[in-house]
Amino acid sequence: MSERPRPIEVTDPVTITVDGRPIEVQRGELLIDACERNDAYIPRFCYHPRMEPVGMCRMCLVEVDTGRGPALQPSCMIPTAPDMVVETASERVTKAQDGVLEFLLANHPLDCPVCDKGGECPLQDQTMAYGPGESRWVEEKRHYEKPIEISPLVLLDRERCILCDRCTRFASEVTDDPLIHFINRGSNTEVNTFPGDPFSSYFSGNTVQICPVGALTATPYRFRARPWDLERTESTCTTCSVGCRVTLESSRDRMLRINGVDSDPVNWSWLCDAGRFSFEATNSEDRLTEPLRRNPDGSFSGIRWSEALTVVADALRGSDPQRVAVLGGSRLTDESAYAWAALAKGVVGTDHVDAQLGDGLPAAVFDLPGATIDDVCRPGGTVLYLGPDPKEELPVLFLRLKHAAQRDGVRILEVTPTATSLTPYAVAGVRPRPGELAAVASVLAGGDVPAEGVAGVPAAELEGVLDALGAADGPVSVVIGRPNLAESAQVVLDAAASLSALPGVRFLPVVRRGNARGAVTAGLAPGRLPGGARLGSDDHWSSTWSTVPTAAGHDALGILAAAAAGEISTLVLLGADPLSDVGDRALVDRALERVDTIVALDAFPTASVRRADLVLPVAVAGEVDGTTTNLEGRVSRVRAKVTPPGTARADWVVAVELARRLGAEWTARTVEALRDELVAGAPQLAGTSWAQVDAADDGVVVDLTGRGFDPGPTAPVPQIDSYSLRLVLSRELYDGGELLARSESLAGLSRTPTVGISVGDAERLGVSDGTALIVRGERGSLTLPARVSSGIPRGTAHLVHRLEGSDPISLLSADEVACDVRVELA
Amino acid sequence: MARFSPDNEALARRIVDRYPVAKSATIPLCHLAQEQDGYLAPDAMEHVAELVGCTPAEVLGTASFYEMFKLHPVGRYCLNICTNISCRLLGASELLARAEERLGVRAGGTTADGTITLEDVECIAACTEAPALQVNYRYVERVDAAALDALIDDLRSGTGRAEEFPPHGTLGLVRQELGPDDLANVTPPGEQVEPVWFARNAAPTDEGAS
Repeated sequence: MSERPRPIEVTDPVTITVDGRPIEVQRGELLIDACERNDAYIPRFCYHPRMEPVGMCRMCLVEVDTGRGPALQPSCMIPTAPDMVVETASERVTKAQDGVLEFLLANHPLDCPVCDKGGECPLQDQTMAYGPGESRWVEEKRHYEKPIEISPLVLLDRERCILCDRCTRFASEVTDDPLIHFINRGSNTEVNTFPGDPFSSYFSGNTVQICPVGALTATPYRFRARPWDLERTESTCTTCSVGCRVTLESSRDRMLRINGVDSDPVNWSWLCDAGRFSFEATNSEDRLTEPLRRNPDGSFSGIRWSEALTVVADALRGSDPQRVAVLGGSRLTDESAYAWAALAKGVVGTDHVDAQLGDGLPAAVFDLPGATIDDVCRPGGTVLYLGPDPKEELPVLFLRLKHAAQRDGVRILEVTPTATSLTPYAVAGVRPRPGELAAVASVLAGGDVPAEGVAGVPAAELEGVLDALGAADGPVSVVIGRPNLAESAQVVLDAAASLSALPGVRFLPVVRRGNARGAVTAGLAPGRLPGGARLGSDDHWSSTWSTVPTAAGHDALGILAAAAAGEISTLVLLGADPLSDVGDRALVDRALERVDTIVALDAFPTASVRRADLVLPVAVAGEVDGTTTNLEGRVSRVRAKVTPPGTARADWVVAVELARRLGAEWTARTVEALRDELVAGAPQLAGTSWAQVDAADDGVVVDLTGRGFDPGPTAPVPQIDSYSLRLVLSRELYDGGELLARSESLAGLSRTPTVGISVGDAERLGVSDGTALIVRGERGSLTLPARVSSGIPRGTAHLVHRLEGSDPISLLSADEVACDVRVELA
Repeated sequence: MARFSPDNEALARRIVDRYPVAKSATIPLCHLAQEQDGYLAPDAMEHVAELVGCTPAEVLGTASFYEMFKLHPVGRYCLNICTNISCRLLGASELLARAEERLGVRAGGTTADGTITLEDVECIAACTEAPALQVNYRYVERVDAAALDALIDDLRSGTGRAEEFPPHGTLGLVRQELGPDDLANVTPPGEQVEPVWFARNAAPTDEGAS
């Protein structure tokens, strides 16, 4: 089995004897783990170190003597106690293992040669290692219809199942999606779904990974390869910013599978299905494979890299630095982001650089004292949750928070505009009106509760959260993020400013894009230098670089506004698609219209790439070496497993090459050198040099001590218009994003768009689920079916970003703090 | 008809309220659904899941464990002939064969008119009265061929002994009404330190001893 025992700290040691050898273990830890940690591996099928033991498969029987004579006991159910004497390989144990395996194999088909698990199958391996060697079974085996589709991603061959309860336990215990269950009884027991109710969990792929036989297989991998043909390398998932540790598995230079690795501070071996299966996009036919130049008639033709780079270098050289801007970069590695920051700021000399597209969090949030996921989930702690729905945007963080709330006594207080998947686990929650979060935050930070309430939140509900905060034992952790893309990021900063007054408070800023934090830390943010220092506050870079911007540049929305005003002549898009992602369609459209030269580095022909003058194909995750920084500030290695298609290359190569053409004296030519150059100039990144990160399986967390948080000018409180509903625009895991749309297995999974309204508003309008409604904003309108939900407060309309058939960002305007819409019957 | 009727839904909600954890009402509600429809229909399981706050898969998992929950339609009368040791020694096999012949169905089947479902069952705990059978779980004991024939005729025509047997699924002809105070367990599970019956059935303390 690939699972490792959970790392523990031995605080209460007891001595037990295992196979005649005294060993020191933690009192009360499970015998199976204690033995494994001390090189006495006990075979098992049902036991998984991240789930409650059930003692189902009986494979881990060992002889345990606690003073009453030895008896066979399942070691996954026995807590260690002083003076236990354990035999893991005695004659009786071997006989028991023989017997258990014979029973398990009685109903198990011997179809290993055609089974996907063959070669990495715990049942196969342990039968070889501990089994009787020969079968006495001569009867016909069971036959079932095969395979049955228990979800669009997971297939089940029931005759192979040994009823270990791993998948069903995972579904009910880890994710609370008990959509698969044991059905029937005795020898007819099988795992199945309710008819017509598929196992559509965001985490369904984990059941395939933990299945100890070939009963569960994932459609993207089934019959694609044999395990012994796979090459593996450990890397970090960058689909979202949680940064789960994974193995990238490929065969014949094609990515075939991603599995989770148990990283104790991060993902506990779990992955979401988007992270697990979106590698399919790597192999997509749509990948850009050669540099493209736009012809005068609007078509594109392929050109050589050298020619393309010359065109870009000329465009950069020919522009006043103030007329050059770089947008995007939060999908790059730290090194690529640093290379581009160094090129833009240190070679070209522009500070109009922003890795995020107005939908993340400004760089200032990383100046707040930081918390890791483990800090937030520390047993007995209190968490103020001001982020997006974690299950939709950061699925594995949801699993960690849910586990903390359910099992470790962590109290979650939710301050979000609508109910989220965390709501059932929160002890209290309030729903502030979008745009007015800061008022609620200042009350929570110690202000008075006005009798009439704040921001649409009744005083009594606020008192509830305040009481829970007051009862907090120790400092509070705050998770901040963007629950609402239709609300200005400044609102979040203002709330953080109030909450930073809480004693000992620490913040976990959650941004969605894979390496947004790493890109900002590497310098891809206006007003910041690599390492996160403010412009002018540091002299390392000014002495190293030939030029340093003197004044802070525009952020993404500012860059687009400047471009629309004709103030930008060269715009570089680093994997950014502002047309699809920036909350002001008209502004982006005008901006792209007026820029002279748009250079797009991307892997796919996105809407914005189609508007570019020059397109440079780049490598994606799994094709580049480097490091990435997750939302905590944990720097860990990403590794290349396959070669990029065509002549696509890593983003940093392009930056370094351009710098050379622009005449810069910049000698870094490898990712290692880039990393060490970045770390050398950034005290905050101390300890994250290439060698240090490369050696640390769980990554290295950067310095999280806060440094002078400055939220900037407060956002004005938007006026309430009693005829309108205030818009909440959030994301779902399966949206129409570039990666998912190009992953065959995931592309069809996104939900049909709806407009969510409260029960009260539905009554007022006289509508029910499915009634067609027109959502009318100042910029445009959408017609969508209604979804009436008790999780949406009155006066709020809820839309989801980037679903097929709905384009809510067309309603938004960049200069509004919040967006009001009219909702009418169609 | 498969989801609960309005009356039964109201009753179902009262049953759910008796338990500190709603999910505990799963089996009682499955019985109620079976009483309503004669079997446990998929829609009914979905409705039970909604009422107790779990997934339909969990309801199906629970219901399919128990022989007495029928997941497919059965006849008005479920005729269960015991073929375990005592009954078999006293002619149960012949009785079953006779019943199959008379009804024209194999064990497990339902007659074309939907009246009788014949089942071959394990011990029904009536060994002293063997051979025994059950009609909708009501005992008929010391059965011989003539008694079986007469019983089948009665069940088919709905006369005679048939009146003793309410339709399949009926739990009881006399309904017990529980008062609002007679809850299954009023202490929330998080606060329970020991099973409630410990306190209810506490042994009288020996006041004089010290």
